[in-house]
Amino acid sequence: MASEHPRANLPTLSLHVPEPKFRPGDAVDFAAVGIPPAGEARRPDTAAHPGDFTDLAYTLVRVLDDDGHAVGPWNPRLSPDMLRKMLRNMALLRAFDERMFRAQRQGKTSFYMKALGEEAVAVAATHALDPDDMCFPSYRQQGILITRGYPLVEMMNQIYSNRGDKLQGKQLPIMYSARDHGFFSISGNLTTQYPQAVGWAMASAAKGDTRIAATWCGEGSTAEGDFHSACTFAAVYRAPVILNIVNNQWAISSFSGFAGAESTTFAARAVGYGIAGLRVDGNDALAVYAATLWAAERARTNQGPTLIEHFTYRAEGHSTSDDPTQYRSAGEPNAWPLGDPVRRLKDHLIGLREWDEDRHAAQDKELADLVKAEQKEAEKNGILGHGLHQPLDTLFDGVFEEMPWHLKEQRAQMLAEETASGRPWDRK
Amino acid sequence: MTDQEPPTTRMNMIQAINSALDVMMARDPDVIVMGEDVGYFGGVFRATAGLQEKHGKTRVFDTPITECGIIGVAVGMGAYGLRPVPEIQFADYIYPALDQLVSEAARLRYRSAGEFISPITVRSPFGGGIFGGQTHSQSPEGIFTHISGVKTVIPSTPYDAKGLLIAAIEDNDPTIFFEPKRIYNGPFDGYWDKPSQNWSKHPAGEVPTGYYKVDLGKAAVVRAGEAVTILCYGTMVHVCIATCAELGVDAEIVDLRTLVPLDIETIEASVKKTGRCLIVHEATRTSGFGAELSALVQERCFYHLEAPIERVTGFDTPYPHSLEWAYFPGPVRIGEALKKIMKDA
Ligand SMILES: Cc1ncc(C[n+]2csc(CCOP(=O)(O)OP(=O)(O)O)c2C)c(N)n1
Ligand SMILES: [Mg+2]
Repeated sequence: MASEHPRANLPTLSLHVPEPKFRPGDAVDFAAVGIPPAGEARRPDTAAHPGDFTDLAYTLVRVLDDDGHAVGPWNPRLSPDMLRKMLRNMALLRAFDERMFRAQRQGKTSFYMKALGEEAVAVAATHALDPDDMCFPSYRQQGILITRGYPLVEMMNQIYSNRGDKLQGKQLPIMYSARDHGFFSISGNLTTQYPQAVGWAMASAAKGDTRIAATWCGEGSTAEGDFHSACTFAAVYRAPVILNIVNNQWAISSFSGFAGAESTTFAARAVGYGIAGLRVDGNDALAVYAATLWAAERARTNQGPTLIEHFTYRAEGHSTSDDPTQYRSAGEPNAWPLGDPVRRLKDHLIGLREWDEDRHAAQDKELADLVKAEQKEAEKNGILGHGLHQPLDTLFDGVFEEMPWHLKEQRAQMLAEETASGRPWDRK
Repeated sequence: MTDQEPPTTRMNMIQAINSALDVMMARDPDVIVMGEDVGYFGGVFRATAGLQEKHGKTRVFDTPITECGIIGVAVGMGAYGLRPVPEIQFADYIYPALDQLVSEAARLRYRSAGEFISPITVRSPFGGGIFGGQTHSQSPEGIFTHISGVKTVIPSTPYDAKGLLIAAIEDNDPTIFFEPKRIYNGPFDGYWDKPSQNWSKHPAGEVPTGYYKVDLGKAAVVRAGEAVTILCYGTMVHVCIATCAELGVDAEIVDLRTLVPLDIETIEASVKKTGRCLIVHEATRTSGFGAELSALVQERCFYHLEAPIERVTGFDTPYPHSLEWAYFPGPVRIGEALKKIMKDA
């Protein structure tokens, strides 16, 4: 069969494989990252139709300008007290991460993950939500717990899988669960929380409740099918949910191009689903706060879901298990054009004459001491490196509400093994 | 040693897997490697290190984080005629890909009467003993042995890992290749509070640098013995060897290596010889592969059995974090089962 469109003159096909701009050893220049001026993005009415502000999915909502002034229609006009609270929680999160990262390096636990450089994302969003709104986080939103006042010592107990660990040593460090603080049990499997958040929000709506849900995932995780199922359900049922994408540029060693960032923004995912989409300077606590408040208002007034891309940068390795200088230029974190979220909020407060460097240094010291003291408390309950802290038979609790015969048998077997081993496993 | 024998070198299991991929990519331009972080970085366990640089970005590449996508794309590439070797970063993350594996890869040959096939080899680290908690420790092989149309392969040494992986890649059917990550660096024997060995002193850490195959569907008798047959695979092979050495049990230890298709002849011959059978796997017990093995042995060797078949497995709970060693089917659990099975011997 002769083709009417002969291909003989066409070049052969070629496979495009994304490649990040910088690899180890490369000098970093982020000039190509388009950063619109602060204050430029418009702020639509929360009742506006998502189709009428799709431009906001392609720009950046920014409030803090380069001089630390809060400008434009998204300025949430927060009180100095509120700004200081937010700054303190971000600094506390940083101090906590620093300390626990070091604890892992000292062999006190098996694993840790920092949120360095992305502190504004979880902390500012949590300040903008109501305390009883339900959060479905990924593993990098410990800032939610810190902002909601969850005891640091409880977090550390979990990290150490020790006697005090409310999760009975069952979960990997940092996979917290804190129902009383509106914090859903973290899964190790990426993006599973997304449709769950939508389901929670649908339930809240179906029951005529007033609470909304918020969820977070990394930009890399948007590739999972669960992300897309969640968007479809959220759009179809106008679920009162905030879908946050934390675009910190990296997913372990894979740059955001492997999740689609070479072609469009992550906020633009919203457009195809007919969901309201915002793209926000994730290192600007005021922008994150304002966007979250706006999205929450939409959700609370039955306008449906909002998807927010937080444009930020993962300044550390993925976790304690990797060395980022193996796959990206060591110059990246310092060259990131949106700066350090803690410093930016601090500079803003100083500009308002509501803060100063001395107070900031004193606060850092106070927070470091606080974390150290909490760590001491937690370590009284033991550290992972010192062996088994939970009563052995807790291993079988919680598989089912009521334990079936086969688990009872296996539990007895395990206890007999302990006796047979000739040494108690259940140390301290 | 004759001149014909290929040169060998010391490898751990990661290096052996890397070598298998390298050899196959050099031999067959249709072999491609893809998965999360496998490209530039060379994989979170370094199993694909250096391959992208050597074979190019269109043959070794990172993928979006979607296991369903990775396997679906591999099926499509296989339909084109490639021989994809996708990696799933941890076996615990293979579940989003189940539909593509169960309903597609495993069924394509059958439903198209051979028009299309899925010559894909899905590599994935599995098993516990690394304080990985419930999402970095699971042993889901029993899910895959239950699917008609996929092969399931689990090596226990660097030598076997390379030879089996090459055989799996050349095989025209979809294969799940589970790599016991606890023994990537050395033959962990279950004594978790003693210093662990690496592969440098183990005979199977001496690996040919070139091409060779270990046939799929063939078990290995790693210890000949008369008293009892132990059926095991992966990490548990080394735990069984060490336990038997400690207890002085003259066991015949059979490393299954391939679960589907199973080397039933070797199993049958061994159990008929010893009259006793212990089955050991790290995976949970209920509906685990041990249940299948137990049924097969009972069906085929019943009149030779002198004691009930015993199973040693992980418990039917999620894999715990801090109580990992209470969960792990180590020397104590195996020892207790051996005592029971040898009671009247
Ligand atoms: C289903 C599943 N696949 C793979 C992994 C392994 N994994 C853990 S984190 C991660 C990268 C996620 O990156 P991103 O979504 O950008 O989040 P970030 O770590 O940057 O916060 C991967 C691949 C996993 N945990 N779950
Ligand atoms: Mg990321």
